[in-house]
Amino acid sequence: MTDQRYYEDVQEGEELPTLEKNPTTQQLVMYAGASGDYYQIHYDQGFARANGLPDVILHGALKNAFLGQLMTDWIGLSGTLKKLTVQYRGMDIPGTPIYANGVVKKKCVQDGEQLVECEIWLENHKGEKTTPGTAVVALPSRTL
Amino acid sequence: MSNDSVITQQMLDAVGVESDPVTHQVEKGAIIKFAQAIGDPNPVFNNERAARKTRHGGIVAPPTFLRSMISGPDKAKVENPYSAGLDGGSEWEYSEPVHPGDRITVTTKIANIYERQGRLGNMLFIIRETKYVNQFGAVVALERTTSIGYQPPE
Repeated sequence: MTDQRYYEDVQEGEELPTLEKNPTTQQLVMYAGASGDYYQIHYDQGFARANGLPDVILHGALKNAFLGQLMTDWIGLSGTLKKLTVQYRGMDIPGTPIYANGVVKKKCVQDGEQLVECEIWLENHKGEKTTPGTAVVALPSRTL
Repeated sequence: MSNDSVITQQMLDAVGVESDPVTHQVEKGAIIKFAQAIGDPNPVFNNERAARKTRHGGIVAPPTFLRSMISGPDKAKVENPYSAGLDGGSEWEYSEPVHPGDRITVTTKIANIYERQGRLGNMLFIIRETKYVNQFGAVVALERTTSIGYQPPE
């Protein structure tokens, strides 16, 4: 959790603080239970390999949640997440760290809301961007 | 590698057919369990006492919590020729926060079906649109997902 962020303080090109996540097989089981997604490629290694995968892999929706956390941490309690888009381009396996990153692309006031658009992505420990995406948030103003 | 399309008339007929609505009760414990599962310690998702001091007035659901509000089966059956599947991505548009005690009604429909050659051979892309509506009739979120079907090796 960070302090409240205001629209006026955000600069285009600004980088969001990196969020490091360390997913484990235990977390995948917890996520399966919490989300109701019991597809075996996320916890049964033999099943995953029989389906052409290198190992059990992270749920796409869990990676989506990591990028959601990147944004909700950044916008603070008075910010609002409006849009969150992610593409699962590469697979991620548990047991290695994964980093959520972002950069501010654009800010504008629209229909009375102070909007900020960010490019966001997950990067594996080899520096490969496995999960690119975008987010649009509304931030409070210091003056309004 | 065959270039034969696996897209059938049955699949095309299923595009746009909405599922029967399913209504889920949002439980506070389920929100906390979800926040723990994704490893997000934000007090507004985990701690009622701390969350009450915020503008939300209590715990709210993390953005992707709605994934646990599973939709009903498709009315127009699609016989997917591929037994293996991967999640291709997700686009969320959020309009309202989700609170404990909300009743969320979920409907889903296939918006598009197409195929492409990829590293797993012929891959079948199914684009699905899911709508989440609360007990006041307000759309809380729209989600557009891509699922990818493929033939497992051997």
